[in-house]
Amino acid sequence: MKKVLIPVVMVALLAAIPYLGVTMAGQQYLFGVAIPYAAAALFLLGFLYRLFDWLKRPVPFRITTTAGQEKSLDWIPYSRLDSPATPLQAWVRVLLEVFLFRSLFRNTKAELREGPSFTFASSKWLWMGGLAFHWSLLVIVLRHTRFFFTELPGLVVPIEAADRFIELTLPAFYMTDAVVLSAVTFLFARRLRDAKLSALSLPTDYFPLLLIGAIAAAGVSMRYLDKVDIMTVKALALNLAQLSFDPVPGTIGPIFYVHLFLVSVLMAYLPFSKLMHMGAIFLSPTRNLCNNSREKRHVNPWNKPIKFRTYAEYEDDYREKMRKANLPLEKE
Amino acid sequence: MSKYVPKKEDLSKGILQQESLLTGARIDGDWWDEPFEFRDGNFCHAAKPEVLQELGFPNPRKWAATDDDWLLPAGWEKTIKEGLQEWLKKSRSLKLYLDSCVRCGACADKCHFFLGTGEPRNMPVVRAEMLRSVYRNDFPLAEKILKGFSGSRRLTKEVVKEWHMFYYQCTECRRCSVFCPLGIDTAEMTMVVRDLLNRIGVNNNWILAPVANCNRTGNHLGIEPHTFVQNVESLVDDIEELTGIKVNPTFNRKGAEVLFITPSGDVFGDPGVYTMMGYLLLFHHIGLDYTISTYASEGGNFGMFTSGDMMKKLNAKMYHEAERLKVKWLLGGECGHMWRVVHQYMSTMNGPADFLEKPVSPITGTKFTNAAATKMVHIAEFTADLIHNGKLKLDPSRNDHLKTTFHDSCNVARGMGMFEEPRYILNKVCNTFHEMPENTIREQTFCCGSGSGINAEEYMEMRMRGGLPRAAAVRHVREKHQVDSLVTICAIDRASLPALMRYWNPGVSVYGLHELVGNALVMPGEKRRTVDLRENTMAGFEEEDDDE
Repeated sequence: MKKVLIPVVMVALLAAIPYLGVTMAGQQYLFGVAIPYAAAALFLLGFLYRLFDWLKRPVPFRITTTAGQEKSLDWIPYSRLDSPATPLQAWVRVLLEVFLFRSLFRNTKAELREGPSFTFASSKWLWMGGLAFHWSLLVIVLRHTRFFFTELPGLVVPIEAADRFIELTLPAFYMTDAVVLSAVTFLFARRLRDAKLSALSLPTDYFPLLLIGAIAAAGVSMRYLDKVDIMTVKALALNLAQLSFDPVPGTIGPIFYVHLFLVSVLMAYLPFSKLMHMGAIFLSPTRNLCNNSREKRHVNPWNKPIKFRTYAEYEDDYREKMRKANLPLEKE
Repeated sequence: MSKYVPKKEDLSKGILQQESLLTGARIDGDWWDEPFEFRDGNFCHAAKPEVLQELGFPNPRKWAATDDDWLLPAGWEKTIKEGLQEWLKKSRSLKLYLDSCVRCGACADKCHFFLGTGEPRNMPVVRAEMLRSVYRNDFPLAEKILKGFSGSRRLTKEVVKEWHMFYYQCTECRRCSVFCPLGIDTAEMTMVVRDLLNRIGVNNNWILAPVANCNRTGNHLGIEPHTFVQNVESLVDDIEELTGIKVNPTFNRKGAEVLFITPSGDVFGDPGVYTMMGYLLLFHHIGLDYTISTYASEGGNFGMFTSGDMMKKLNAKMYHEAERLKVKWLLGGECGHMWRVVHQYMSTMNGPADFLEKPVSPITGTKFTNAAATKMVHIAEFTADLIHNGKLKLDPSRNDHLKTTFHDSCNVARGMGMFEEPRYILNKVCNTFHEMPENTIREQTFCCGSGSGINAEEYMEMRMRGGLPRAAAVRHVREKHQVDSLVTICAIDRASLPALMRYWNPGVSVYGLHELVGNALVMPGEKRRTVDLRENTMAGFEEEDDDE
């Protein structure tokens, strides 16, 4: 269980650092301004570097995963999403993957039965958990933009309103807070519980889940439990949004610095980890290419001529045998 | 049965009762510490030194996977690392697929080899991790700072052995890729690792011997031109005897409209030859102006299981011969990996084929626009078009002695997207066609267990394990609908599925689609047909029933 303990200890340590740094050493500026800037810079530059690093490499062949009928004869309907014939269809395929996790929707669970044989039952848990996790994260990130603008961006208003539709608490309860914490718990638990998942998981799989869970927990607790001065937080965020290096404008509870530091760690970690899948999913050649390799030639930039055994060499070797078999010859 | 596989009862018991991830057992610690052992039935013979010499491949020597010392060449680590570096430069998909897996585990139980073994390394995600762990160790990434944390490990001789075992327990079937939310294609990684292993002389004779044959004689089976012709001509005689029709194929004929290329297994192997008879009858019946080449006499391409260069080299013969013979376009027979190469690689590697014309069916006038660049049409597309346009007279009751099901070949399904044409044809040429369960067909089809060059006798146990999910699905329709005929459009299937059926489902025979077309085809001038192309009695056509 070392695989789980290492990340648990790491996240605990990472949470302790800003807490102690602020309460014992008075490093509000370091954790409130300097580190967030550094992390944001790492995130942006790192993300762009990784995208560029992928994009500069060629896609030598057009290798799609066809999960539906190809476009062939006119009278045979083809699958526009699973065997796309035009770039538009391919991009719809990618976007549905990004927003709805179509491939995960297909998921089945294989079970060994007497015979031996197998049953393949539909299994939508991962799809549901994954969707809940990613969508609530997106809503939460969008919601947070309210801190960085004096006026809430127009797009965010309805999202924010919808998110606190259920008014259970004061301040209003955000559904996504509950969803993201449940989803993280589910995704974490399935890695532990399932024998296959536990065998294939690495510390780097538990770490981001724990980190995101800790960020959410810190965020939730300073909103509902150990409340921090929201106006000062907003003032700091506005400063950051304007790239100002002013000191932190007032006193904020230490739990806020834990939240902000863990977000900084996440931002800095993201470009160098599997979390880059958020960029990679757009580039995956099996999904974003058309299945039209026979219709339209795909060019491979490093394709070079190759020496192969020509017909002439073949005939030279087999001329007598070919003659006896009455095969036409180039040279008599 | 083969000495390389335990009795069915014992293997079944082993699979059902073993402590494995399949039966819910957990593994303590990390997958890379799980032991594995080479023994009879789970490794293919190493390529013979003379085969490597003929191909100019490195490190020819006598060795076996069971040896302690594999006699790797000096500097083998460097060769592998440089090779990987080279592939990373050349291929965005490899780099993306190494970098972006989140290990969500959706693929874990999608692999037929995982289902047949319960081995952790046969979960597609771990198959890729076998390479990723080494990649992470040697290539800069932030996670590298904490090696234990990121799951990275050094490239050692043990890792080479592990790769050799488990990258040959992947048939590049790409079933996992269908379920992957990131579209990660394990086959891309398997192909790269097999290429790297070949560079240090870690190889498979069942792949490289056919590669050498194909290079020299034009086909995997090593059939020389005169024998190739003789064999087709003996099929011509059989056809005449059975149907009274004298078909007249030509060889290496210049100026034919179409060059027909099919896997050599169709010319030499049982039951592939019956499929060949089906093609010959069909072409004769419609009066197709075609020729067959003894030089480009192989549709399949074991180069694909070897290296990118070898695939290109063997494939180059198709266009080279088409140009020499001045045909208009190419027609390809029933095969799986052949069609993956033709569909996804050929025009990129060896095109553009400007010397050919855009394929048009001379019988129906249909333009095969989907093959406009590659200029190669799949026989199932061609035949479906003929039937759709009413050009064939078919009597499906001539296949009433067969209760059929259809096996989608991995490459044709997930590498090409051909699902409807073969089903359309099958429904026109026979009356009883039952689909296997939905999670085992079409894009979710299970591999025969012997694809990608592991159809070797000495690999029988792994083949029977890997083929188990397919066999279990066939058993399902056998029990439910008394299915006794497994129809495929792949030559590897025709070679491998008979063994799989004999082992798991005795009484099920394997057929090529065009064999059934040949049975059903009603031709002017034919004699009264009472037996099918393999001389089995047709139901309802027996001579004693003839009361007329």
